[in-house]
Amino acid sequence: MTRLITRRSVIAAGAAAGTLTTLPISMVRLAFGGTREDFSFTYISDSHIQQIKGASFVRNWDMGLKRAVAEANLILPEADFVMFGGDLAQLGKKEELDHGAEMLSHLKGKLHCVMGEHDYYLDLGEYWSKLYGPQWYSFDHKGVHFVVLNSILTTDEWTFHRWPTAEQRMLEMAGLDNPNGSPFMVGEKQRAWLKDDLGKVSKDTPLIVFSHSPLQKIYKGWNFWTDDAEQVQELLQPFKTVNVIYGHVHQIQYNQIGNIAFNAVMATAWPWPYPDTYAQAGAHVPVLTVPMNRADPFFERDATGWQMIDVNSGRVTARYQLWDNQERVVGFDPRLGKPVDKKYQEAIVRKAPQLHY
Amino acid sequence: MRRYTIALVLSAVLLSPATRADEFTTTDVDRWQGEFDSVAKKGRELWTSGAVGTNGVACAQCHPNAANTHPETYPKFQKQLGKVAQLFEMVNWCIKNPLQGAALPADDPKMTALVAYIHKERKGVAIDAGKH
Repeated sequence: MTRLITRRSVIAAGAAAGTLTTLPISMVRLAFGGTREDFSFTYISDSHIQQIKGASFVRNWDMGLKRAVAEANLILPEADFVMFGGDLAQLGKKEELDHGAEMLSHLKGKLHCVMGEHDYYLDLGEYWSKLYGPQWYSFDHKGVHFVVLNSILTTDEWTFHRWPTAEQRMLEMAGLDNPNGSPFMVGEKQRAWLKDDLGKVSKDTPLIVFSHSPLQKIYKGWNFWTDDAEQVQELLQPFKTVNVIYGHVHQIQYNQIGNIAFNAVMATAWPWPYPDTYAQAGAHVPVLTVPMNRADPFFERDATGWQMIDVNSGRVTARYQLWDNQERVVGFDPRLGKPVDKKYQEAIVRKAPQLHY
Repeated sequence: MRRYTIALVLSAVLLSPATRADEFTTTDVDRWQGEFDSVAKKGRELWTSGAVGTNGVACAQCHPNAANTHPETYPKFQKQLGKVAQLFEMVNWCIKNPLQGAALPADDPKMTALVAYIHKERKGVAIDAGKH
């Protein structure tokens, strides 16, 4: 397929022509044999709902989440379920989580949530768990084993003993570039649970793992990082088909490490710079990644958006719905054994706005 | 004789190291650097605290370590402003919009501090005014 068609563009084209002449790719059942089926789910992440005071919230961030929810609800055929990738709130407050949860409650279909550090470090996830349940869990869907991890934990010393108040602890972790923060980790307890959970799953079963922080090490200075990433990867590598989808970075990233394909998702709130643009750090992004366009600050929703995720033959195609930009499609290429951008992967076809400096 | 005396006094004044404008010591340099650093530090505090806005949003929320601000490219044409703009004008755009605050005068000490911080984080990058 040379021209990739979004469900949205198909719906628009079909509506204009009075008939659907082309099937959207997510409806094309490609090569998923056996008992498994291809399917899609939607992925919304990083809304950072921020209370100003009382009943007043930052309008900009509210609008991002509202728009994502509204658009996700319009997609046909309906996705099988919805993921929310963490950082629903900005400072973990009950008011922020409630306000965000109210918006998410309008979503059609089953919602699964991932814990973000902005949801966690005020009350260590207590209120979030009242709304959304366990902080790590697994489920099976159409032959794929899904795992949700809480990857934003850190040391007991930092969490319990360093800060005089819960509010200060939250503020210290909320600053992305704050040197007083602490590296994220999945931790020993959860890794033991993961080992046990995966022990019950056949190595042929495709895995999709959701985390908030990348389960790979990109840039420690901004916590684009999980400190025990290698140990988690080691538990995943024996499986033939592994996909990790993470939020937190507010940008398009993708990578391949062994059997594991990585895809990041966009935020609905605001975009983040790529770490290699910080002149005082020798940071790098995965070499596979073709960046999103540089954001135009005059368009409030530019470089934000949400995703439709297609699962074909147990591999993930992320369809980035970018509000003031052309859609980007990054999917696993079985021939190359890694995720590629379906349009911009080759250096020669890249656009000027994709150059970050 | 009077003319000779004036010349002598003048030359003494001109030759005196204390009055030669291009003479300064490492102590001076350290002090000047310290002045800059303290203003840039103030800028970092404003950058991360949201104090220049009204809604709690901080510059650092979108620009960690002031990345993606490209101070070396100003002045440059901003199509949305329809003119060649300076860095402080873009800082004010952010203060007025995402931060929902009031624009600062170009020479407001707070603006100086913000711009000093932006430049400090961008140290070593070649000037390239007009670049997009």
